[in-house]
Amino acid sequence: MISRRVFLKNGGMALVSLGFVPQFLSRTIEAASPARRKVLVAIFQRGAVDGLNMIVPFGERDYYASRPSIAIPRPNEAEGAVDLDGFFGLHPRMAALKPLWDSHQLAIVHACGSPDGTRSHFDAQDYMESATPGVKSTQDGWLNRCLHAREHANATPFRAVALAAQLPRSLQGTEPALAMNQIAQFGIRAGQGTDMVQASFESEYAAAADQVLSRTGGEAFDAVRMLKSADPTKYQPEHNAEYPRSAFGEALRQIAQLVKADVGLEIAFAEAGGWDTHVNQGAGAGQLAGRLDDFSRAIAALARDLGDRMDDVVIVTMSEFGRAVAENGNRGTDHGHGNAMMIVGGGNVRGGRVYGRWPGLEPGQRYEGRDLAVTTDFRAVFADIVRGHLGVRDTTQIFPGFTPGAPVGFVA
Amino acid sequence: MKSLIAPAFRRAAPALLTAAVVVAPLAADKPKSAVPPNPDDRTITHVLNRIGFGARTGDVERVRQIGLRNYIEQQLRPDRISDSALEPRLAGFETLDKSSRDIAEHYFEPAMRARRQAKAANAASDPEDGKPMRTPEQMAAGQKERQVLQELSEQKILRAVYSDRQLEEVMTDFWFNHFNVFAGKGATPIYLTEYEREVIRPHVLGKFRDLLGATAKSPAMLFYLDNWQSADPDAPALGERLRQRAAMRRAAGTARRPEPFPAASGEAGQQPRQKRGLNENYGRELMELHTLGVDGGYTQQDVVEVARCFTGWTIRQPRQGGGFVFEPRIHDNGRKLVLGHVISGGGEHDGEQVLDILARHPATAHFIATKLVRKFVSDDPPAELVDRAAARFRETDGDIREVVRTIITSPEFFAAGTYRAKVKTPFEFVVSTVRATGSDVQNAAPLAQSIRQLGEPLYMCQPPTGYADRADAWVNTGALLNRMNFAVQLVGGRIRGIEPSGLALDSAAAARDQLVGGVLAADLSTATSETVAKAQDPRQAAALILGSPEFQRR
Repeated sequence: MISRRVFLKNGGMALVSLGFVPQFLSRTIEAASPARRKVLVAIFQRGAVDGLNMIVPFGERDYYASRPSIAIPRPNEAEGAVDLDGFFGLHPRMAALKPLWDSHQLAIVHACGSPDGTRSHFDAQDYMESATPGVKSTQDGWLNRCLHAREHANATPFRAVALAAQLPRSLQGTEPALAMNQIAQFGIRAGQGTDMVQASFESEYAAAADQVLSRTGGEAFDAVRMLKSADPTKYQPEHNAEYPRSAFGEALRQIAQLVKADVGLEIAFAEAGGWDTHVNQGAGAGQLAGRLDDFSRAIAALARDLGDRMDDVVIVTMSEFGRAVAENGNRGTDHGHGNAMMIVGGGNVRGGRVYGRWPGLEPGQRYEGRDLAVTTDFRAVFADIVRGHLGVRDTTQIFPGFTPGAPVGFVA
Repeated sequence: MKSLIAPAFRRAAPALLTAAVVVAPLAADKPKSAVPPNPDDRTITHVLNRIGFGARTGDVERVRQIGLRNYIEQQLRPDRISDSALEPRLAGFETLDKSSRDIAEHYFEPAMRARRQAKAANAASDPEDGKPMRTPEQMAAGQKERQVLQELSEQKILRAVYSDRQLEEVMTDFWFNHFNVFAGKGATPIYLTEYEREVIRPHVLGKFRDLLGATAKSPAMLFYLDNWQSADPDAPALGERLRQRAAMRRAAGTARRPEPFPAASGEAGQQPRQKRGLNENYGRELMELHTLGVDGGYTQQDVVEVARCFTGWTIRQPRQGGGFVFEPRIHDNGRKLVLGHVISGGGEHDGEQVLDILARHPATAHFIATKLVRKFVSDDPPAELVDRAAARFRETDGDIREVVRTIITSPEFFAAGTYRAKVKTPFEFVVSTVRATGSDVQNAAPLAQSIRQLGEPLYMCQPPTGYADRADAWVNTGALLNRMNFAVQLVGGRIRGIEPSGLALDSAAAARDQLVGGVLAADLSTATSETVAKAQDPRQAAALILGSPEFQRR
């Protein structure tokens, strides 16, 4: 009778420990059909990925003129781009994503980014995660505001999980969110005394005058119990999905575990670093190629592993800004402006297309004469997902000060 | 001023009110001190938590004997404190005093050679097999390379635990984080030991301009923020000449690997040689993170101009641990305009002028004051104190000791709202736990591992921002559970190399008295007290105290 889905927000636990579940609670349990839960997987490429070598505009003459040693060759050449639409192509080491493109599950928005021109990693990440470009005083992140806008009675401690050591800025805010590195390690480990020690810590934190610590403690202990009942240690990926053996691959594998465990996941977050390629970034092979290879194979594995569940999942990738059009004197690229974002999803995602207006790469078409110009505000991409996938019609609280125009179009 | 102090730390109110009345100006040019003359346990514990890594058993009484004001003065003068308890703890390490050149030659180069050999050997046999097979010699070389960062991490922990120069350790942690470099980037780890020892540590309470200048010329920073490769794009001749010299060395069979610049390594034969050019990375972070702050009023054009001033500030043979060198042949001698100042002299002095301008800029005084007040007082720094600290910075030409003195003797520092207002960072939490339990650390490596699990691995913060000094950045469920687990493991003697030998384990009550009375100023919430009182086992009682919400704060 007592399924794991009774462990609702605060309070629910006490009732369960008495072996008694009141009527109203069992009704909400029945109503909370986990199969219908929409999931958003947000992936941050920290360090500013070179969008022009990730989603390659091989149809642009100026692309090749500006990058004599690091341009990705045209599709018919050695280590050339994987042709998508005759103008854009994937970096050759991202071929793992091509099947998703072919099955219309992968959409791309290019020349996308912030209206703010900062080239500081710190500021730009902050702006992207708060989704208030130019405003530093914003306290919470857009994903947390998204949770707030979708507040409901069936929320679980696993509504929002970052597979990271730290809770990212985008998930910080008033709504509970979890950060963890390894779901199997999540809990108190005190040998034979575990139950007693855990209960004691729980009562200490429950009564703490300290708001931050008591809330965080409460969330932690709710989550521990719930995860235990879901038993994630037995997990095996399905459909022959093969995750790369990297920290990022491991993070996405655990996201799949959480989705399938039906613990109430709504927003998952993962991040990958190593994109700040100022020096020797390489072209079809080399430093960036290695990072993109890991990145795409992990995403492809997640989509494959989730199978039909992808109908309820959208994966979105983001990075704080792009990199300068021209390579620098160290065969690398310096901080730039516009970038590309990818959206993967099985339901109403209209993939197989590159969205956004392409501004061109001629010097006169560039932002400040040097960078890819931004023609789509990153918040427009977020807003389409929030409305089209997560079903929040009014996004004014999630994106304060931003009025989305016509949909970018990648969600039906 | 009086109103700022009261009502003090709950039960401590009378003592502090008296303090406000009797405090007299120490000197005409110094700000007034709000250090209470007759501090209670909470006030002393507060000071030990803020200008050090927390109390050990008996520390509160020791400070009371010395006098709180004297103790603070002593801490501001670490050169006058003998550190006899620490020295034997560091005696067993072999890399801490070594030069970067030695470290490169004996620790990093053998490992690099071993990796190349292993790769070549494996390419010949089975290229598809994931991990390359390595000989025992090759594995030993890798172990020796890791030893450098390992010893550095261990000394950081040991100093924080055992040094009597507690404030100096707090400041070293602060400034390293402010001028952060990342051990995972290229040649940076070769230079880390020297960076902390000679660039950061000697200046932590000195003049800001000296510290700034030392970091600007440090190979660790030059490498981490790429400035060593930044060159005037119109000066291509040098790289070619260096490459020729390198080729000659190679032909002559000299052991040293030629690698003056990355542009000279790699796919040299396959592509037309590139001109090296301007790299803005250091110029930007120098202003945004080291001096002015992101709102300090500089533009993208300033970033470019500053980068031009620093062209030619480079490293001699970085993979071999070489030092700073100014290379005039790749310096841009043209006229620059930095924050409205014309810089036209040329040469190495261009960069020095930029450092002068930045170190004396009012935005820098304000930015540094803000960060220090956040560190010592509150996540939300009181604006008035920031203003006074910034003013002190300007009056003293960036004398860090004076700025810190202003902050840690201020009424805001002793105000009621400041008490336990900061959540300990992972490093602070681990170190304070070891101190509270009087643990004997025979091997600090497992502690470094614990700090990593709590989310802030030592010397491994990738972005130049360093770790955030605000609790909301690190208080999260996973890390909070790990803190409780760490407390359980430590007092259970289950962390290898750490014996909680100072802990009173005769009875649960003895453990309670020692920790609650000795390091938490007998100040626990009712819930925590009652929970802890139920524990029959002394180790369990200790774990429940050290993992409690109260002990997470400082």
